[in-house]
Amino acid sequence: MQNPSPAVRIRGLVKRYGNVTAVDGIDLDISSGSVTALLGGNGAGKTTTIAMIMGLLLPTDGSIEVLGHDMLTSRFHVLARMNFESPYVEMPLRLTVRQNLTVFGKLYGVAGLPARIDALARDLELRAFLDRPVGKLSAGQKTRVSLAKSLINEPDLLLLDEPTASLDPDTADWVRSHIERYCAERGATVLLASHNMGEVERMASRVLMMKAGKIVDDDTPAGLVARYGRQNLEEVFLDIARSPEATANDPEPVS
Amino acid sequence: MSAAGMDNGLGARLSRVSAMVQRHWYLLRHSWPRTIELVYWPTVQMLMWGFLQVWLAGESGPVATAAGVFIGGVLLWDVLFRGQLGFSITFLEEMWARNLGHLMMTPLRPSEFVASLMVMSIIRVAIGFIPVTFLALWFFGFNLWSMGLALVAFFANLYLTSWSIGLFVSGLVLRHGLGAENLAWSLSFLLLPLCCVYYPLETLPGWLQSVSLCFAPTYVFEGMRALLLEQTFRSDLMVRALAINVAYFALAAIAFRSLFDGARRTGALLQMGE
Repeated sequence: MQNPSPAVRIRGLVKRYGNVTAVDGIDLDISSGSVTALLGGNGAGKTTTIAMIMGLLLPTDGSIEVLGHDMLTSRFHVLARMNFESPYVEMPLRLTVRQNLTVFGKLYGVAGLPARIDALARDLELRAFLDRPVGKLSAGQKTRVSLAKSLINEPDLLLLDEPTASLDPDTADWVRSHIERYCAERGATVLLASHNMGEVERMASRVLMMKAGKIVDDDTPAGLVARYGRQNLEEVFLDIARSPEATANDPEPVS
Repeated sequence: MSAAGMDNGLGARLSRVSAMVQRHWYLLRHSWPRTIELVYWPTVQMLMWGFLQVWLAGESGPVATAAGVFIGGVLLWDVLFRGQLGFSITFLEEMWARNLGHLMMTPLRPSEFVASLMVMSIIRVAIGFIPVTFLALWFFGFNLWSMGLALVAFFANLYLTSWSIGLFVSGLVLRHGLGAENLAWSLSFLLLPLCCVYYPLETLPGWLQSVSLCFAPTYVFEGMRALLLEQTFRSDLMVRALAINVAYFALAAIAFRSLFDGARRTGALLQMGE
């Protein structure tokens, strides 16, 4: 599984807030072109880990290398090749979709920006509301706009935090398909944090289970299900979440 | 077609600054109350001080000779105060929109972000200030623009002070959240009595004069009075103001950087709420 030049390389990553340890000594390589899911209950350390990978949060200890660049010392060499999408982080509401995409496109140094916006508007079906303020869009439309923003620079590394949360099944399926198509065409690496186990089983080739700031298991979705002797990933998740010591060798029954 | 540029040269930096200016220009264009507000307070201030001066000129001879010092003072004070407000409010707009996290994930550097705040502070002041100078000419026959090149020195020094305050306040808000927002509206007012906007430096008690001379705007307002009352441009005052401004701006930049790093350590960039 280990690529000689992984898209993300993390060593001894620690984040403490006072006496609280949010991330506790993570070592991790994420292969280029893979879709890796980061799972864990609330407070497991997923968002903190993603925020440190993006450079928004400084680690207490350890190192993060993204696409060959140290995020602590040279993040500006690599930020143009990364992007992030989360329905919980809205775009500026008063600007129109086109204005938002124009601003972010320029920030990412996108060449041929009007053509890129047109292409995204066509692919993500934004044309009908391209000149409408983001604040006047439905949740599903906003998610598509967020996705367009996250793809504006054709990132090599895409970080997704609950990308389909609060979407109806049809729209969620549509969003997943688009991300899968993008990754297949571009060879992009995806790190996906999600509580939707169906989504993880469908999209991810590898699952990292986090608990109390540590990675407590790491396998393919099918491998985890088989090792824990469960029917699906949700049952594995519950095993790990409900047992302080749960491992593949000592699974707890799901009640 | 649209691979993100890896260019971190001057062109790319200017492009990112212009993207941020464009973002805030869109915001101003979308909201006429925001634009009206930029003109409203400078107009009210100018009219109040202008009529006060008209009354004083009729009552007392010596004050009558001080033609324009009140209106000149209020107009230049507005450059300082609105310049700082323009800087801080542009920053706060990002906090209110919870957009700072988005921005800091892009290749936008803090220094480029700060440069865009400076440009926006000039734009916002210009929108409010230029019409008011013509109103002053119409109502009171006071032509600020007749100060000529001296105005450039006054403006440059006042903008530098306003950016130093704006930078420091923005750093505090970044680190401590919107709870520190009120400083954006109030901190500049500390300078109003100290920097002798409407009266000469000698009006202050001796010990306070020493304090007052630690602030660059004091030299600007003394310089303005010298120009209006004695028709003398005091370049020595402007040079001293510039030296103080450079020192304060450097300190504010260090403070902002330190508070920004503090925000990255505590996770404040992820929260950006109250």
